[in-house]
Amino acid sequence: MKKSLFVSATAAAAVVLALAGCAKPPASSSGAPANTPAGGKTSAAAPAGGFKACMISDTGGFDDKSFNQTSYKGMEDAKKALGIQTASVESKAASDYATNIQSMVDAKCNVIVTVGYTLSDDTLAAAKKNPDIDFAIVDNYDPKYAEVKNLKGLQFNTAQSAFLGGYLAAAMTKTGKVGTFGGQKLSTVTIYMDGFAQGVQYYNQQQKKDVQVLGWDVAKQDGDFTNDFSNPSTGLTQAKNLISQGADVIFPVAGGAGEGALQAAKASSGKVNTIWVDTDGCVSAADYCPQIISSVYKGMDVAVQKVITDSKNGTFDPSPYVGTLQNQGTGLTGFHDWDSKVPADVKSQLKQLQSDIISGKIKITSKAQPTS
Amino acid sequence: MTRSSWWTEILTTIAAIVLALIIGAVVMVVSDPDVLDKYAYFFYRPGDALAASGDKIGSAYFALLKGAVGSWGAITQSTSQAAPLILAGLGVALAFRAGLINIGGQGQAIWGAIFAAYIGFGVHLPLVIHVLVALIAGVLGGAIWGGLVGWLKARTGAHEVIVTIMLNYVAIRMLAWLLTTPAFQRPGRTDSISPIVDWTATFARLAGSQLHVGFVLALLAAAAVWWLLERSTLGFALKAVGANPHAAATAGMSVARTTIIVMVLAGALAGLAGVDAALAPSDSGVPVPLSNGIVGDVGFDAVTVALVGRSRPVGVVLAGLLFGALHTGGLGMQGAQTPGTVTDVLQALIVLFVAAPALVTRLLPFLRRRAARSATPESTGALT
Repeated sequence: MKKSLFVSATAAAAVVLALAGCAKPPASSSGAPANTPAGGKTSAAAPAGGFKACMISDTGGFDDKSFNQTSYKGMEDAKKALGIQTASVESKAASDYATNIQSMVDAKCNVIVTVGYTLSDDTLAAAKKNPDIDFAIVDNYDPKYAEVKNLKGLQFNTAQSAFLGGYLAAAMTKTGKVGTFGGQKLSTVTIYMDGFAQGVQYYNQQQKKDVQVLGWDVAKQDGDFTNDFSNPSTGLTQAKNLISQGADVIFPVAGGAGEGALQAAKASSGKVNTIWVDTDGCVSAADYCPQIISSVYKGMDVAVQKVITDSKNGTFDPSPYVGTLQNQGTGLTGFHDWDSKVPADVKSQLKQLQSDIISGKIKITSKAQPTS
Repeated sequence: MTRSSWWTEILTTIAAIVLALIIGAVVMVVSDPDVLDKYAYFFYRPGDALAASGDKIGSAYFALLKGAVGSWGAITQSTSQAAPLILAGLGVALAFRAGLINIGGQGQAIWGAIFAAYIGFGVHLPLVIHVLVALIAGVLGGAIWGGLVGWLKARTGAHEVIVTIMLNYVAIRMLAWLLTTPAFQRPGRTDSISPIVDWTATFARLAGSQLHVGFVLALLAAAAVWWLLERSTLGFALKAVGANPHAAATAGMSVARTTIIVMVLAGALAGLAGVDAALAPSDSGVPVPLSNGIVGDVGFDAVTVALVGRSRPVGVVLAGLLFGALHTGGLGMQGAQTPGTVTDVLQALIVLFVAAPALVTRLLPFLRRRAARSATPESTGALT
């Protein structure tokens, strides 16, 4: 057994080397390394004038298909656009947060972005201790941040954009029922569901219709949850449940688990469709574009890139950032495949709605909305 | 247990760690595109590929070592990471010795954290008394959750694996729910986070380090478990039930009573791990506020710690220190451009080899022969 294992491993290695090992080496062989990879091992001292942006994930890690990943993309975008150095650390446990922030401080970062509300205390403490470093925290704001001049909270009033999504869903349903489900009962999730449900209500008021929302009760603040942000099968279960109750437009708010709703929609051969969340679904889940009427996006990458850019340019401003429809920090994406199927009057109503929300004519009430 | 079999076990464990480090090195090389690129022209200039691999492996393991034990700060960081692993590991090990498989460390630790944190921020008491009350409350929380399993098992025959797994879910959801209630949610916040624990309830730590009461507690708990197992009547009954419940019952021991007591104690130990998570100061000096991820994966890591520690108190302490150091070193390794998940791979491999000693003993002679024949590039750079 062990011998055959060894033999087959050697054989495999030989084949791989024979096939792959014959390529020509790159031309430069003068000895001195022509270029060090960006953010490479020369982390001790940044080159003169070098600017370093750093990020710390929460326990979800940077591959969470959700806000850590989107925030990380923002830093990568900034790296490309500005030619700066970057570094990052993933946290595995809540007790790592303070340690990881300190390690980024020690790595001489100029701006440090932390991702997620669970890092709020440690980020604030680090900002107090290191007044020369700019800090930003994604998806969080605490009134205490006003005490320091180098910490910026990045929040998103996604109730506004989800309101548009709800209105659109109500306008597109044929069964008179639309559905939503969340990943977990967290304020960053329920804010979407609040906005969605209220958008549907508004549609009913305006159009004298009676479209029902399944999966979320605004008054009771309770509804359907996958209790998971990564496993699509949990989302599939929730979506099937909603479909069996008659919903034909579904708004999943569960990160990667929401993909289950896309699968359910695809299987329905056109009867059921979805509104995607956080990112443009036609980009992040391109296979399912025909099932996605539109997406409610949350521009975490844009906000992170802007903070890093501002910090580099010396224009860092600690006042909290709230992504809204007005500053396009959140909103509806284009309709892609559905462009011809969404009626023109619905499109113009959505435009009107958008300006009414911006002007404050339409008030959205969600206790999860950013207060700042 | 004879002296020679002790040695075999220790050697197998060390061999498992070495094997894991070697495979981890291969994983590192394979997962780094920059290094892998150099293998594309291996036959033109093998030096490039070998140097890059050696560099990669060397710097990563050096960073791991430095991050784990490279300074007083790093060492105390490792001990603070080890404390909850040792405590929860003892909880699992104790149950193992009584023939019970306690997968419920997670739920028990969560209740420990909930109780301790609530006393920590919700009640205001004088110094010393506050931390003691919070500690006792947390231990009680874990003991109740563990005792529930023992009671169900003893009275209804429900299998403890199923019950503990299900009770984990209940505890996780209860914590998530509690964090949305006014009693637990921090005023002015919409997210699931509790207020900060009072400083009077925070574990004392040695100034300028992460060496805190939690680690001392872990060592005391290990000593107590050792005494219980090796010197007490209860320990004798516990091991007898673990070895053969029917024989123990025939000998006049109450299997049901022993089962309940063992699970209460196991729950208390895991609860203590939760207390540590809730009250131990993090690097910033204040404890991590109660939130959904407060105890991390301690309940599951505890199973591996107990396994690697061979369910003996001393073994559990050593295994806890090893995994605590791996965790801390893993954070340091991320600074050396190596994903921290490599330490997860190492951890998993160590467990795999320890759990399958036959695999190690089979692989070892084979490895020796190969090393004699040709020096493989993978083994040259590893700090083993």
